[in-house]
Amino acid sequence: MIEAHHLTKTFRDKKRGEIRAVDDISFRAEPGRIYGLLGANGAGKTTTLRLLATLLQPSSGTAAVAGFDVVRDSEKVRAHVGFLAASTALYGRLTAREMITYFGQLNGLAPAEIRIRIKRLSAELDMDEFLDRRCDKFSTGMKQKTSIARTLIHDPAVMIFDEPTLGLDVMTARAIVRFVRECRDRGKTVIYSTHVMTEVEKLCEQIGIIHGGRLVAEGTLAELRAKHGEQDLEEIFVKIVGVEDKK
Amino acid sequence: MNARNILTVYLKELKDSLRDRRTLMSTIIIPTLVMPLLTFGIDKVMATIVSRAEEEIPSVAIIGGADSPGIVAALKKSPKLRVVPLPADWKKAIGDKQLRVAVELPEKFEAGLKAGAAPEVRVYNYSGELKSDFAARAVERYLTDLREQTVGDRLGERGLPRTLARPFEFRRENVAPPEKVGGNLFGGIVPYLIIILCFSGAMYPAMDLTAGEKERGTMETLLCSPVARVDIVLGKFLMVLTGSLSAMCFMLLSMGTTAAIGGSLMMSGGGTVKVGAGAAAGKAALGVMPTIDPLGLLGVLGMVFPVAVLFAAVAFTVALFAKSYKEAQSYLAPMMIIVIMPAVVGMLPGIDLNARLALVPILNLSLVCKEMLSGVWHWNYIALIFGSSCVYAAVALALAVRMFKREDVIFRA
Repeated sequence: MIEAHHLTKTFRDKKRGEIRAVDDISFRAEPGRIYGLLGANGAGKTTTLRLLATLLQPSSGTAAVAGFDVVRDSEKVRAHVGFLAASTALYGRLTAREMITYFGQLNGLAPAEIRIRIKRLSAELDMDEFLDRRCDKFSTGMKQKTSIARTLIHDPAVMIFDEPTLGLDVMTARAIVRFVRECRDRGKTVIYSTHVMTEVEKLCEQIGIIHGGRLVAEGTLAELRAKHGEQDLEEIFVKIVGVEDKK
Repeated sequence: MNARNILTVYLKELKDSLRDRRTLMSTIIIPTLVMPLLTFGIDKVMATIVSRAEEEIPSVAIIGGADSPGIVAALKKSPKLRVVPLPADWKKAIGDKQLRVAVELPEKFEAGLKAGAAPEVRVYNYSGELKSDFAARAVERYLTDLREQTVGDRLGERGLPRTLARPFEFRRENVAPPEKVGGNLFGGIVPYLIIILCFSGAMYPAMDLTAGEKERGTMETLLCSPVARVDIVLGKFLMVLTGSLSAMCFMLLSMGTTAAIGGSLMMSGGGTVKVGAGAAAGKAALGVMPTIDPLGLLGVLGMVFPVAVLFAAVAFTVALFAKSYKEAQSYLAPMMIIVIMPAVVGMLPGIDLNARLALVPILNLSLVCKEMLSGVWHWNYIALIFGSSCVYAAVALALAVRMFKREDVIFRA
């Protein structure tokens, strides 16, 4: 479960002054469902997810992830979160096994437990062939599989995906989408940020549209269609964002 | 703070760094090679250049001397000189290295000698040019011999003993123990090398573990783990410190091995250590094989430790601020000059340790190491330097931890 209440993040910029990257955002993502965070580049998606993953601290407002406060219990939050983003890379000089083992150790797992989980994840993700090869020699698909295994090694209750298909080929992107669905099917709370409308339509039970750091619309796909009188999500998005820009 | 997490981060960084060629170069390979290269490489090249210059029979032109045929003939007969005709522009010829030296014999030089006058012979050379200086020295040796011969002949003519002009002999002998001689010889250069290698040993791991990770995108991956940031920063810092200390240890090991090999070659008369500077020169001048006091070396190691912590923390903090490996390099490379400057000042003769200098970081280490290697132990200064270095190191480390917690530094883009 993720619950955000009036979450706000401001940055200071020498030229532009105070920037409200995330502005008073409140939403709720539930276990066994995928919450899609839809927004253009620079809308505030990554900052919101970094706040939830406790990589950043909110300027005001609160959020609870898996029952833990993101400010007071940040380490416990991270212990229950799997964070996968285009910006979370692998250690090139480590093998896939060493990489996953390292994150298992950082999550406090015992060596025997790590071995068992790596064996299971390797079978599930078809990684046996390259498990003991260095990550810097990997194809994009191999890297994504290793990253997925890294996020799952501690079996987190909450999965946060920040544009995970960015720059990937069709086949690798499909594999990621399949993996996201599997996470939902296992009862995990999933939050998925993207600017690709089709991914949201395919995956998300609940959609939040973010623009200028604010959550400007929220609901299921059916609710958004009914409210804005459009069938196509892209049209709905343009309509909402256009109205917001005129304000 | 969780020791288990710190160890986990440290061991991973150690494994990662041991697979990084740049880190291996700066922490193991260069520190290991620097002493043998300095001793056997540069010294060997210098020795070769010097011996070639010494072996050359220099060209000498005589100015005047028409009325001193005996002297001119003797100069021409000398196997160590090659008398050539005087060029029209002999000064230019010396400057162009076509002529090594010119000797000007005054008018009626031989007659003047017989009459007991004190005529002045002038030797012209290209000062600072190695071969011309050697040539001038060869001519001067010849003239000195001629002068002594003249004095001896005059004394003989008067039935007086030769010892009248040389009533006694003297000889200089070293009485300082070999480790003091070694300390004096190496006391300046060893701390200088240690300081440079300590910093360069910290530089590359610091850049790789901070700015390098930011650039490669692994920093964000690491921050997703439930480990506290202070544990991450301490684990990484320990790796940077390992780089710094290993550079120093490999340098000292290599120095010990080089000294042992060089010493045995010297004792056995091996030709390869016919060096112009360093240990062989020390032996030649002082009649003992210079050694380094092991206790002094241990003292140096102890004093270097807090400075290595300081270097590791400073390099870590500065590199952490950078967005990329290249940017980190552009910050840390000029810092090397800041580190070298006090180390060089510490090497200069005549600068002695005092209470004020004992508080100047790096310079204090350089000065106290020089003293300890010479067997001088000023305990009050040692305590002051060790204490102040620990304080500087602690402040730098606290700053590193603080920087690592700053979002605008970690996510600087």
